[in-house]
Amino acid sequence: MAVERFPIEAGHILMFARAIGDANPVYSDADSDEAKAVGGIIAPPTFVQASAQFDPDYFLRPKIGQPWFGSGKDATGTPPKAPDANADAAPKKGGGLHAEQHYEYHQPLRAGDVLTATTRPGNSWEKESKRAGKLVFSESITEYRNQAGELVVTARGVGVQTEKPVEN
Amino acid sequence: MPSKLRAADVSVGQTFDAVLVEDLKRTQIVQYAGASGDYNPLHSDERFTTEVAGYPSVFAHGMLTMGMTGRFVTDIVGDGVLKSFGGRFTSQVWPGDDLSATAEITAIDEVDGASVVTLSVATRNGQGVTVFSGEATAVLGA
Repeated sequence: MAVERFPIEAGHILMFARAIGDANPVYSDADSDEAKAVGGIIAPPTFVQASAQFDPDYFLRPKIGQPWFGSGKDATGTPPKAPDANADAAPKKGGGLHAEQHYEYHQPLRAGDVLTATTRPGNSWEKESKRAGKLVFSESITEYRNQAGELVVTARGVGVQTEKPVEN
Repeated sequence: MPSKLRAADVSVGQTFDAVLVEDLKRTQIVQYAGASGDYNPLHSDERFTTEVAGYPSVFAHGMLTMGMTGRFVTDIVGDGVLKSFGGRFTSQVWPGDDLSATAEITAIDEVDGASVVTLSVATRNGQGVTVFSGEATAVLGA
């Protein structure tokens, strides 16, 4: 993933905070005591995940004029592979799941910031599991920098391709 | 920047708990898809998820669970003071699930003249199965 421009907008933060059920006014009201105490509206800890909205190639967003793999008249469809996924790992059943996510915060993320994001692949490894067959893990590291070029958040994600749906 | 936790008031072994969500609704999962930009049909498209992907139902984004757990963490430590937050998704979260979170202070360290608290965090469903487990660190107020 490379995101050239990820504008941190107050309305987007508000929608994200609502989705995670967080009514803290630090995410919505610049005039609140909470926001004043930290110098304005900031973003919740997991907000940089929403940079997907600004990644032109993000594969889990329907794109204008392109086929999408969800159901319409029929339920058929083949999930696309993540660009960085192991080429042999995309199964018909099961598919990709999020295994781990880690963030390091270098400074608060503020409404009004404009970030860039660059991602590099990390390690990959395999594991056998009773609940989902062969698991292929792949790690990626994303650095988010603000308009001054300063590092704001470092994210390390681990995705897993399962051989079959996870048994529950 | 303010922290709700003061160095003088915390100790290793201190615990916290909160309910994150009761009877998780499909609509909240859709709300998270729209806000985050992750429109994977596994989270909103019941027909695709059951007939093609082979799961019993749509299920929540791991990041929705982590986002709600992050709310629990910032409610404890305060705003803008986190240094790190991360963890593993250990089981899926389904519509109808009740989620609750627990945290325990596992360390208080002096780093560059500031007190840094480490919390171990776990989120469990109504059956007691851990769905997310991880760790957070934050700078404490003096």
